[in-house]
Amino acid sequence: MSSTTTAPSPSASQELESVTIRFAGDSGDGMQLAGTQFTNASAIMGNDISTLPDFPAEIRAPAGTLAGVSGFQVHFSSSDIHTPGDVLNTLVAMNPAALKTNLKDLEPGGILIVNSDAFGTSELDKARYKSNPLEDGSLKGYRIIRVPINKLNREAVAECKLSPREADRCKNFFALGLVYWMYERPMEPTLKWIQEKFSKNPIVLEANTRTLKAGYNYGETCEVMPVHYKVPKAKIAPGVYRKITGNEAIVMGLVAASKLSGKDMVFSGYPITPASSVLEGLADMKRFGIKTLQAEDEIAAIGVAIGASFGGAIGVTGTSGPGICLKSEAIGLAVMTELPLVIIDVQRGGPSTGLPTKTEQADLLQAMYGRNGECPVAIIAPRSPGDCFNMVFEAVRIATEFMTPIFFLSDGYIANGAEPWSIPDISKLPQLKITHPTAPNGNGDVKGHENGAGELGKFLPYKRNELLVRPWAIPGTPGLEHRIGGIEKEDVTGNVNYEAGNHEHMVKTRAQKIANIATTIPDLEVEGSQSGDLLVVGWGGTYGSLTTAVTRMNRKGYKVGLAHLRYLNPMPKNTGEVLKRFKKVLVPELNAGQLLLLLRAKYLVDAVGLNKIQGKPFLVSEIEAKIEQMLAS
Amino acid sequence: MAASPLPTLTAKDLASDQEIRWCPGCGDYSILAQMKKALTTVGVPREKMVFVSGIGCSSRFPYYMNTYGFHTIHGRAPTFATGLRLARPDLQVWVVTGDGDGLSIGGNHLIHALRRNVDIKVLLFNNEIYGLTKGQYSPTSRLGTKTKSSPQGSIDKPLRPLSVALAAEASFVARTIDIDVQHLTNTLQRAAAHKGSAFIEIYQNCKIFNDGVFEYTTDKSVKSDNVLYLEHGKPMIYGKDRNKGIRLNGLSLESVAIGNGVQIDDLLMHDEKADEPTLASLLSRMVCPDLPECVGVLRSVQRPTLEELQQKQMDDLIKARGPGDLEKLFKNDDLWVVE
Repeated sequence: MSSTTTAPSPSASQELESVTIRFAGDSGDGMQLAGTQFTNASAIMGNDISTLPDFPAEIRAPAGTLAGVSGFQVHFSSSDIHTPGDVLNTLVAMNPAALKTNLKDLEPGGILIVNSDAFGTSELDKARYKSNPLEDGSLKGYRIIRVPINKLNREAVAECKLSPREADRCKNFFALGLVYWMYERPMEPTLKWIQEKFSKNPIVLEANTRTLKAGYNYGETCEVMPVHYKVPKAKIAPGVYRKITGNEAIVMGLVAASKLSGKDMVFSGYPITPASSVLEGLADMKRFGIKTLQAEDEIAAIGVAIGASFGGAIGVTGTSGPGICLKSEAIGLAVMTELPLVIIDVQRGGPSTGLPTKTEQADLLQAMYGRNGECPVAIIAPRSPGDCFNMVFEAVRIATEFMTPIFFLSDGYIANGAEPWSIPDISKLPQLKITHPTAPNGNGDVKGHENGAGELGKFLPYKRNELLVRPWAIPGTPGLEHRIGGIEKEDVTGNVNYEAGNHEHMVKTRAQKIANIATTIPDLEVEGSQSGDLLVVGWGGTYGSLTTAVTRMNRKGYKVGLAHLRYLNPMPKNTGEVLKRFKKVLVPELNAGQLLLLLRAKYLVDAVGLNKIQGKPFLVSEIEAKIEQMLAS
Repeated sequence: MAASPLPTLTAKDLASDQEIRWCPGCGDYSILAQMKKALTTVGVPREKMVFVSGIGCSSRFPYYMNTYGFHTIHGRAPTFATGLRLARPDLQVWVVTGDGDGLSIGGNHLIHALRRNVDIKVLLFNNEIYGLTKGQYSPTSRLGTKTKSSPQGSIDKPLRPLSVALAAEASFVARTIDIDVQHLTNTLQRAAAHKGSAFIEIYQNCKIFNDGVFEYTTDKSVKSDNVLYLEHGKPMIYGKDRNKGIRLNGLSLESVAIGNGVQIDDLLMHDEKADEPTLASLLSRMVCPDLPECVGVLRSVQRPTLEELQQKQMDDLIKARGPGDLEKLFKNDDLWVVE
């Protein structure tokens, strides 16, 4: 918490550049809701924001236990930020379990707001505390603010005649009100939300309104807090902004791509964390002509999407890693039949069921190679929640322009995290021009093809354009009747063919087609130093941590660059050249070294990995420490 | 559909230029021939027909039809067909599958496509064996069937495809036989005319690995005692001399001789349009030699298709709230302006 003014007097307002706060409580305590409301209020105030929800895979672990702790972290700032923050300036702990699991992230001297009513013997036992941390001196290094939240909340809602259980459910809003006062946030957006949410339940509406205000007023009138804080507006690019999560941005990007290309879209998925909200979001887009199907399994989901693409619609499926395993055979079919298909993989910790609610970026090699045979597909990855909009649009472009399945590798961190999003000018979005042939393409050249394939008036489904892309002829078009399938194709005609030479030719042709995508994507840009001592290469959701670390290193005077790949297959044409401009190359990834393997193999560069496999994003400090260590050696 | 002034198709128009590679004597040849014949009269232009298949001998079918075709992966054809229909309700979509493909690896997809009432016509070529993988027992193989993968005889209780389809609430369920050409053609035409998911089990002979498994239904000397041809609104009578019938006894069916106190009125009448598939389920469970096996349409009812319901939801929403507006979608949240 860096301050720009000092000398707080009691109840004075102190200005800060940025703050990271985490709400932590039992998974029934409404911590995700409190965090989301706090994020909205901060965004509306004009701060830059970045969030990190962290919740257990279990819907409700037993109340008060360590397994049931749910947290929501918000980083809000008056400057441009890219991460939800390394360390916490403020921790709100609703019970001992939340304190125990989150305290390690609170900075020394940080503000600790505890619900002191929740520190009875049984709660302490459930959190496996041997003594009460509020009394045994173990929290000495923090600024503790004890608030009897249970009691104050019950008093605030007493007149609403709720049952004790219903009354207790409001306590997250008491805590939220208190924090609103502490950081000078406006209550209006949350009051408005309460009005809308509980319009049919006036008692609950009243109770939540009262307790939110009571929390705020408690902050103002109570002397336990000597100071409150102000984080001015961020200086970010002009525009109209909203808050957006990665999965929300995927939904909007897909809707936009369908609308602007004038193509129908069919999305089919099977519920899986953390991808389900893409299916849910698109299911509510019927007014845009988006058709969705909740399939019986992952295999059906991709089959439906491919069937739709065969019919001339944009077929899209979305899942997480375990779902990709099931879809693999169908992806191979889409590669063989050269149909457009967008595959959204919101990665999570693996293998197998792994860590359903925790982030990881360990499906890169699965996307590259996880199928039988030589089976190349395009792969792209967004780098932030808002970037999902741009990149999913790009996924639709590549899939349809190149007649290929394309992986869109998001991750749990991007999917659930939120950031401000500058609402795009629709007239300036890229154009997607998709055409289907309407006439036969045989030109009389029968050389090299049996069955008179090239004869005039024939339709040749595997006759390619200059980028090696075959035509997307769709059922219903007279004269273009043709059959496709998973058996190897004869070049040009697409007929079944098992000949040795033809197979090798087709394998190489399919690979070259994917390689040709590189002619249509932007060069890899380098942030920070353009050449010099060390290049950081990353991909996907680590962008925020990497760019922040590299910016800081440059400020400290080091010659460090960042090349962040959004196109993984093919990579930008200048990737090899960029790697050669630096003496050392560091590849931080939330896996055991998958991009590292690809870069070392493809570009023969002696790159070094920084690998974190904990289900958590990188801290900026972890990247900085590694860079410093490498530069020192 | 038949009323539209379309150029008349001939069976030859529907033949593709691909060499057919089924074994000589395979029942598939007859099915292919009757399909081409049946489709000449359904009033759908060739380019609007699509054949989707999985893996197996039967699944090579699309290559031999001069229509649009998609030879997909093992057991999953109903999923591709569902996506195709969702995207393109203007196409007539046929799914060709076998007993291994459709009931084993693809059993899940089959039941879900049927329960959703996707407007697809599923033809299950049942030869009670895996042919393309050279002769292993299938989910319809009878108990005790000796194959390479069941050398001591199959111990898996077989599935009855029609019972499965009825349990999945298929709106059209029928059975026919590969070499009963007239019946096969008629059944295909009825499926083509049905709106909703149609499921047809076709008894099909595998010359190489399971030859003669349905001979009791095709051999002229015995077939009339083993097969009951269902006709809507008609009593269930069968037998070479038309002297046997099917009667309900408690919750079971029994075969009775007509005469000696048993009147035609005592026999069951076939009602393919019954709302409840109860009786159809009983018919689907009739197995030789205890009872004759039913051939014909067991069930033909109307209910909305998946595509219609999806379209209706869209239309209703657009009617109530107008078409989607991208700008409004983007701004459908708290906004703030940075100057």
